Amino acid sequence: MSAQTIARARGRGGRGLVTGVTWLVAVLFVFPLLWMVITAFKQEADAYTDPPRVIFSPTLTQLAGVLERGFVPYLANSAFTTVVSTVFVLLLAVPAAYALSIAAVPGTPNVLGFFLSTKMLPVVAAIIPLYVISQNLALLDNVWILVILYTAMNLPLAVWMMRSFFLEMPREVIEAARVDGAGLAVMLYRVILPVVAPGIAATALICVIFSWTEFFYSVNLTAAQAGTVPVFLVGFITSEGLYWAQLSAAALLASLPVMIVGWIAQNHLVRGLSMGAVK
Amino acid sequence: MFRRGVRVVSLLLVVLVGLSGCAGAGALGGGDRVLVVGIVANPQMKDAIALSRGFERDNPGIRLKFVQLPENQARAKITASTATEGGEFDVVMISNFEAPQWAANGWLENLRPFMDASPGYDAGDFIPSIRDSLSYRGSMYAVPFYGESSFLAYRKDLFAKAGVTMPERPTWRQVAELAARLDDPAAGVAGICLRGKPGWGESLAVFDTVVNTFGGRWFDRDWNARLTSPEFRAAARFYVDLVRAHGEVGASSAGFSECGTRYAQGQAAMWYDSTVMTSTNEKPSDSAVVGKSGYVPAPVESTPASGWLYTWALAMPRVAPDKQAAWRFMRWMTDKEYVRTVGRSLGWSQVPPGSRVSTYRIPEYQAAAGGYARATLEGIDSANQRATMTGPVPYPGIQFVGIPEFQDLGTRVSQQLSAAIAGQISVDEALERSQEYAQTVGKSYQETR
Repeated sequence: MSAQTIARARGRGGRGLVTGVTWLVAVLFVFPLLWMVITAFKQEADAYTDPPRVIFSPTLTQLAGVLERGFVPYLANSAFTTVVSTVFVLLLAVPAAYALSIAAVPGTPNVLGFFLSTKMLPVVAAIIPLYVISQNLALLDNVWILVILYTAMNLPLAVWMMRSFFLEMPREVIEAARVDGAGLAVMLYRVILPVVAPGIAATALICVIFSWTEFFYSVNLTAAQAGTVPVFLVGFITSEGLYWAQLSAAALLASLPVMIVGWIAQNHLVRGLSMGAVK
Repeated sequence: MFRRGVRVVSLLLVVLVGLSGCAGAGALGGGDRVLVVGIVANPQMKDAIALSRGFERDNPGIRLKFVQLPENQARAKITASTATEGGEFDVVMISNFEAPQWAANGWLENLRPFMDASPGYDAGDFIPSIRDSLSYRGSMYAVPFYGESSFLAYRKDLFAKAGVTMPERPTWRQVAELAARLDDPAAGVAGICLRGKPGWGESLAVFDTVVNTFGGRWFDRDWNARLTSPEFRAAARFYVDLVRAHGEVGASSAGFSECGTRYAQGQAAMWYDSTVMTSTNEKPSDSAVVGKSGYVPAPVESTPASGWLYTWALAMPRVAPDKQAAWRFMRWMTDKEYVRTVGRSLGWSQVPPGSRVSTYRIPEYQAAAGGYARATLEGIDSANQRATMTGPVPYPGIQFVGIPEFQDLGTRVSQQLSAAIAGQISVDEALERSQEYAQTVGKSYQETR
């Protein structure tokens, strides 16, 4: 066997090993999700066995049970708060990030530091004042209080993300637009936004995920009307234990919208998150 | 480009308008009076929700909306709402930990006038110890949905196989000896399952009953902390030693659910816990040991009884807008007739136990719950502070100290207990630290007396 053949075989072996490890890691990451999907189609007795049961008769009972328990209003509340707060965040974050990057305003580092500092206060420390304020504004158990809070919660992160995308924009493009006589609005809408669109998509998706999964504000500030999906999910945890099959069915329905949005936006997301990564 | 942008924005607006129609920004509409009921998620409440359509049918104009949360979240949320007069709930589910304290704070409506004005609603039928635990200055401020005490379950088949018998009224020393005999790690069977998970409502519920019967107490009459007293120390050493030597694997993180699962899967010879354990042990779909268990009263040491007392009950916040409608629902859910409705509709083993004496006189219930009904009733009946403690204490509660600070204090102490069970610190170290926490709380009461 020649040295070349041996090297080729080693190269194939190495690639095979890397592929194998990659598959293993991928399966490990996806496994909890896969197990949740499988469990959602089990009867409760099949869901809680030791050792776990892989072969079983699939049933739609759990999914039907979740829908019967009034899942749709919670879904609507989650969708409303998530979409509206994300729109608000983008409307505020894009101009703010523009002002803090391309047309840098005085004191930019301080402003950015302030934005970041708002994320440092533990949520639990603010909940009592927030509860009292909501009560006095008659916004308890109202989706708009969640919209306001989710907007405030995601805004600092969105500003930071969008700023990094703006900073990656070639200045020459902006200068060329200026030379051509474009005003701020036209420049923003026609020149800058198309270039940073993947970044906006990535920011929006992050905001959607954070708003969709937020639990603490929702559980404390809502009751019968404005509860969101995470609050619905937690209702399946009882003092007598967890109903795994039902909980999995509810979790499957709860995660589907985000998975679909993520699937649709994945190209933008990859482009957005890797913007400027390679010079 | 511009037109595309307009189309996207228009589409977004349409979606938002559509969503706002579905989302809960405003009233529920329909002209009905909507009662919002804040409850703890558990199987009995699931049954009540399923049956509540009958209430709505019989009470046109009243619609029910249940908010179900796990115990910790429900407790925090209901407390915040009731204390600040948030007004989100018309009816709330609370326990005998909250009821007397909240009544004293003026947060709850006195239910006596409502009960007096409801002919046929037999308040005298509530089990006396449960009724007393929900009363303040002679009036009930919450009505019990179900009640519980604690008792010891044991596997009759394993006992017979080992040639040992369970005494009718065991002492803790006898239980420890039996646990040593039945402990069989090779077969995956622990001698006994006892809670070790941190939390004032987790490990401390069980542990406190051991403390009481060993002669210990959290505070003496003058609010001096007594966690390093010889009696408290003896109870802690006994509990930790028993769990470490013959308890379940991973005891420091085992609570009611974990012990329930182990026992139901045949992995423990004994289990000392809440009387509601029978809903797990005797349910064919969940348990591999149906019909194999015997039930005896909570083990004792130097008191005649040591079972705890707990009840989930319905109360009305003082700011509830439509008190008559709220009472109509509370009355429906805690009436004798509700018990019969559950029995007839869902099966007699699913009847909420431990609230009414009359439940235990129903022949169908006696037949369905014959193995444990008497033990449950006896446990609840004998659970009061006069029977379960050796010395006077300045607080209400058996398995908890009925003061607001206990949620924090108890959790901190339970963390020390768990650490001792896990072998991270000694029992003495755990108690020294716990004593410091308790002293701080006791001092605040000494200063404000």
